[in-house]
This record gives sequence, structure tokens and C-alpha cells, in this order.
Amino acid sequence: MIKRFTLMLLLAGLGAIFAGLIQNYVADEELNLTAAYYAAHTAEDIGAANIVTAIIVTYRGLDTLGEVTVLFLTAAIIGLVLSQGNRQQQQPQRKLPPAGELLVTGTRLLLPLILLFGAYVFTHGHLTPGGGFQGGAIIASAMLLLLLSNPMKRFSHRLITVVESASGLAFVIIGLLGIAWAGGFLDNRILPIGTFGELFSAGAIPIIYAFVGLKVGAEFSSMLVSLSETEDL
Amino acid sequence: MQFILDHYNYWIVIFLMMVGFYTVISRGNLIKKIAGLNMFQTSVFLLYISIGNVSGGTTPIIAEGFRAYSNPLPHVLILTAIVVGVATTALGLALVVRIREAYGSIEEEEIHKQDESF
Repeated sequence: MIKRFTLMLLLAGLGAIFAGLIQNYVADEELNLTAAYYAAHTAEDIGAANIVTAIIVTYRGLDTLGEVTVLFLTAAIIGLVLSQGNRQQQQPQRKLPPAGELLVTGTRLLLPLILLFGAYVFTHGHLTPGGGFQGGAIIASAMLLLLLSNPMKRFSHRLITVVESASGLAFVIIGLLGIAWAGGFLDNRILPIGTFGELFSAGAIPIIYAFVGLKVGAEFSSMLVSLSETEDL
Repeated sequence: MQFILDHYNYWIVIFLMMVGFYTVISRGNLIKKIAGLNMFQTSVFLLYISIGNVSGGTTPIIAEGFRAYSNPLPHVLILTAIVVGVATTALGLALVVRIREAYGSIEEEEIHKQDESF
């Protein structure tokens, strides 16, 4: 009890220190130098309306490749950690109660809509808030719904791996084409910039983000499937 | 009073951060620890996005009729942070599953008891 009280007191003190920092905080009046450059040049250089997407996919595209690699490694390590031994062959020890009518029917109704919305979010990443990572997460949420309605459902690991590897490879190849046909690695101007604000504009960004979306969706799904396969133990 | 209302997102940040930190330190249940870590993480995301605000600025999406945009750089950083956060959470949960299989428990004290550590 006394330990818990001390802890509370400590955290209250820490909170007070942070509150002191906020006291003198004033919001910026204008963008700083780097941000102002991106805000001013995105429209003509990249052709994307969403500045955040332009930075992620083109200006700092290499970092995004690294980020996708982190996700890939995580999915691989989770598969490794959870697949020790021959547990996968074991039969479930207890019978799971059936999923409710509402969940099963709702899954059937919502699944295509969620997939469609995910695809919309990652193809419109250069125009609206969203992009490959968000769209991929939405697609993985469709997989989660499927797993909730039928926890014993088994997905093909091979299919997930193929989708993931193929889209990762396509991402890198588009990046390399940028070296050959445009200004450098992951340059989006290998395709015409097009009219500002249209779906097929901003060069290769919609294509890159579609592949990122598929890859992220496959990676999240692979994590969910790995975790769900431990359900029966 | 007006000051407190104007900076409400920062008060939420401090609250979430302290609640998350408290959960991580005081709970022995590994799942609850991960949940606390996630709350702490969320508070950092919120802090970054709040700091990126420019007075009078809109979301950093170029559109007719808007001159001032919020700073897009924190958004980019936090997008990366969210993705990495999901990855660490998933990995943590996977390790908890393995710990449960090995020790039959996810309570920290029982695991220490079995290991005779401490």
C-alpha cells in the first residue's frame, strides 16, 4: 500500500514537471525551414495534395522502405517465436463456443466493404488523409473480423507470404526504376505527374502505396494468423 | 481557466502518460503491462501531433483557399512510430503467449517464483 502511494506521488511529481513545460508553450506562428520547403514544393515537384504522403513516399522514401522492413522482420520473428515445436499439429483441447449469429452475419456483410474501404484508403493516399499503412491496417482488420467469427479458421501461410514478398519486391523494383528513368531511388516521376488532385496523378505514388498497402496488410494478417493459431493451446 | 481549456490536449497527454507509466510499473500481469506501454505510446503520439500545430493551420493537405498548414514532419514521424509501435506490441504479445506456455502463468510474481529468481 505504502509502495503504491509512493509511486502515485512520484508520478504526480513527474506530471507536475511536464505541466510546467506546458505553461510557457506557445504554438508556432509559421512552419520551420524544412517543413516550409516541403509545403511549398510538394505540389509542383511531386504533384501530391497530401504533404505527409509526399514526404513518406518520395522525399523520405528510403526510410519508408526501412519501416516496411521492420514490419517484415516483426512478422517473421513472430512466426518464428510462435512456431516452436510441433504445436501446430495438436488438436484443440477444448471446444470453442460457436460465434454469435450477429457476428457471423455481420462478418459476411462487412467483409467486402472493409476490404473495399482499405483499397480506397491506400489508392487515395496522395489526395486524402490515409495511405498504404493505414489501408493495410484496415485490410488486416477484415482478417481480424474473419478470425473473430471463426477462431479455428486456417489461412494459407503460403498465400500471405507470396503477397507480401511480391509486393515488397515490386516496391523495390519501382524504386530502382526511379534510378534509371528519373532522378533517383524511389523518385515518383517515372510516370507523368498528371493533373493535380486526380486519382492517377503524382507519378508512381498511388502504385507504390498500393504495394505498401498490400504488403502491410499481408504482414499484419500474418501476425494475426500466427497469434490465432495459438488459440487452441 | 482559459489557459487550461486552450491546452486541453496537453493535459490529456500528461494524464495518459502517467496512467500508462503507472500501469507498467504497478501491474504484474504481462498483458496489462503491454496495455500500459501502449497508453504511454499513445500519449507521445498525441504530444507530437499537438506540437506540430501551427496557429490557424489546417491539416497538411494542399487545397484551395488554405494558406497555413500544420507542420507535416511530426505526422510523418508519428506514422512511423505507430507502425513500429504495432510491431513491438505484436512481438510482446507473441512472447507472452510463449511465456504462458512455458510457465503456465502470465503473472510476473509467479514466474519469478518458479524461476527462483529474486
